[in-house]
Amino acid sequence: MKNNSTGITGKIKSMSDTNLLLLITVVVFVLMYIGAVLFLGKGFLKPQTFCNILNENAALIIMSCGMSLVMITGGIDISVGGMAALISMSCAVLIDRKGGSLAASMMLALGIGLAYGLIQGFLVAYLEIQPFIVSLAGMFFARGMTTIVNTAPFNVQSKAFAALKNTRVYLPFGSVNKRGVFVHSYVEIGVLVALAVVILMFIFLRWTRLGRNFYAVGGNKQSALMLGINVKRTKFLSHLICSLLAGIGGYVYFLHVGSGSASHAAGAEMNAIASSIIGGTMLTGGVGNIIGTFFGVLSLSTIKNIVASAGFDQAWWSGITVAVMLCLFLVIQSIVLSRKSR
Amino acid sequence: MKKSGTGLFRNQLFIPLAALLLLMIFNLIADPSFFKISLGYNSAGNPVLSGYLITILDYGSELAILAIGMTLVTAASGGQDISVGAAIAIAGSVILRVLCGTNPRPDKMQAPIIVAFLVACLVAALFGAFNGILVAVFRIQPMVATLILYTAGRSIAAWINNNQLPIVKDPSFKYFGGLIPGIPIPVPFFIAALCVLIIFLVLRFTTLGLYVQAVGINERAARLNGLNPVFIKILSFVILGLCVAVAALIKTSRLSTINYSVIAKDIEMDAILAVALGGNALSGGKFNMWASILGAYVIQALTTTLFKFNVQSDALPAYKAVVVIILVVLSAPTVRNKIYEVTKKFRTRKQEGEAV
Repeated sequence: MKNNSTGITGKIKSMSDTNLLLLITVVVFVLMYIGAVLFLGKGFLKPQTFCNILNENAALIIMSCGMSLVMITGGIDISVGGMAALISMSCAVLIDRKGGSLAASMMLALGIGLAYGLIQGFLVAYLEIQPFIVSLAGMFFARGMTTIVNTAPFNVQSKAFAALKNTRVYLPFGSVNKRGVFVHSYVEIGVLVALAVVILMFIFLRWTRLGRNFYAVGGNKQSALMLGINVKRTKFLSHLICSLLAGIGGYVYFLHVGSGSASHAAGAEMNAIASSIIGGTMLTGGVGNIIGTFFGVLSLSTIKNIVASAGFDQAWWSGITVAVMLCLFLVIQSIVLSRKSR
Repeated sequence: MKKSGTGLFRNQLFIPLAALLLLMIFNLIADPSFFKISLGYNSAGNPVLSGYLITILDYGSELAILAIGMTLVTAASGGQDISVGAAIAIAGSVILRVLCGTNPRPDKMQAPIIVAFLVACLVAALFGAFNGILVAVFRIQPMVATLILYTAGRSIAAWINNNQLPIVKDPSFKYFGGLIPGIPIPVPFFIAALCVLIIFLVLRFTTLGLYVQAVGINERAARLNGLNPVFIKILSFVILGLCVAVAALIKTSRLSTINYSVIAKDIEMDAILAVALGGNALSGGKFNMWASILGAYVIQALTTTLFKFNVQSDALPAYKAVVVIILVVLSAPTVRNKIYEVTKKFRTRKQEGEAV
């Protein structure tokens, strides 16, 4: 301890992988946000700008939490984006065409999540099929199914739904607008759900026995088995929880966009994976932090906002930006990993 | 000595052949006109064979070509490349960019097709090498490493041509995805056959196949035996890149133009499916090239059958996903062992019965 505690480099060396990667993420996010404020004007200083990032990414935050859990356990799930599209379309059809209630649509979203979790979890954990293949099939199934449920995209007209969608939670702080009137910042309901999920998942993964099991299984399956952990059940649970969260995330997404379309949430799985990786979750499993994932989502959307407001507003830049970020952080992880083995 | 009674089951070609047979029987019962092949003349007055079987041979070509590369990548790295669709968009965009120059609607091609093709090969090989380096040097899981290009690929393709949609008017560009006057069989089939011939010769006369399998089965052992696993993995991705360039030539030639978001959409799924259907382990190791190629045509037969029954193209993935799941479940080691145990029990019981 004495040898290591000299100076910052010593402290960094003695950190666990999880904390080191979390530190990198938070630093990157803060630097990026400061950079945005300095170079792109004071717009980024307004509380509402930050709240809008949250509003737009509430669903992504929830999905990313599930994704991080699966990745910590050593798997991956790329079906979450497809599920969001399927849930949006199914719920839109249920509410508008079949006259279903809001509660019924929520149950439907959870039901789809549960069904996905049970099937994918079973295939991955008990039949030992590669999670990527399983969830790739899951993604294509969801996308195809969305078209089968309804082909044309449409907006939900229901008044009860619109009321829920437009519910805003005003915060005690805000900014002065152009007329000099003080305006409270607001967030949508989805953000509250997302924050609750982040906090619950953080507590779950940090301080419960089952939560630690996920790290153990992802870190080393063999030793986890020796410790008496039920590896298969843990893997199954990770996929089940991920899909359930994807179900909730899908509903929050639906609540945000208020329409059903087969092209909804395109690339959401990619964003969720990228957020988790940027947030310090390792693809090899065993390393990760939900708070990091939360910052990962924020970093990703901040850089997207920067790219958009810097004038590169064509749609393709967004894809390239995400890919570059992902590539960068994957290489960082690879270096961190090799640091350990040296 | 191994039991030869299960020889047919053990043969890798059994799965794709059985799947093909099932599909054909289904089509025969549902609508025998599936097998009709007629010789007609197209608008230019050239003879052309038409029919669902010809469609399968024609449109299965790109898939068969991709399956060659995908098989090698799967065997060497134990993962799949999911960026092939996006890479086709990039390579196709490069071809059109070279052919059309800066003007999206030129009356004459600005460069010979062969030059455009070679440039596309180079670019696709470079992107393949990029994937390969991420996988082999940085040790990222293949599917996640290729996820980067999967996201960015179509964007890069649009960026290469400034988001314009160039159109090649020269009729000679259409040959690669259509017909050469006088020959009624679609050209893509010949291109695929040529690729298959090349890979056959390569596998027959070089040690590529052996090395790829050695790396896939046990990387450490391969290195101890003097192989360079990093190089071989990158090489397999580069070969896939070349396959992508060929497929891109066919795809762009079919339309004489490109649609960045639609070209080769979901083809990665089909290519992986072809490898899986060929009975190759998706976790790497041994492979059977013929089974993969046959698998590619079976997938195309499935697609054509679904189209014939008026399934929307957007809904196709749902059906294919079900097929994938059934396939991977059947080939999962745990399920295989169960089936093997059951058949073994059945056989011993039968033998006992004969003895009595």
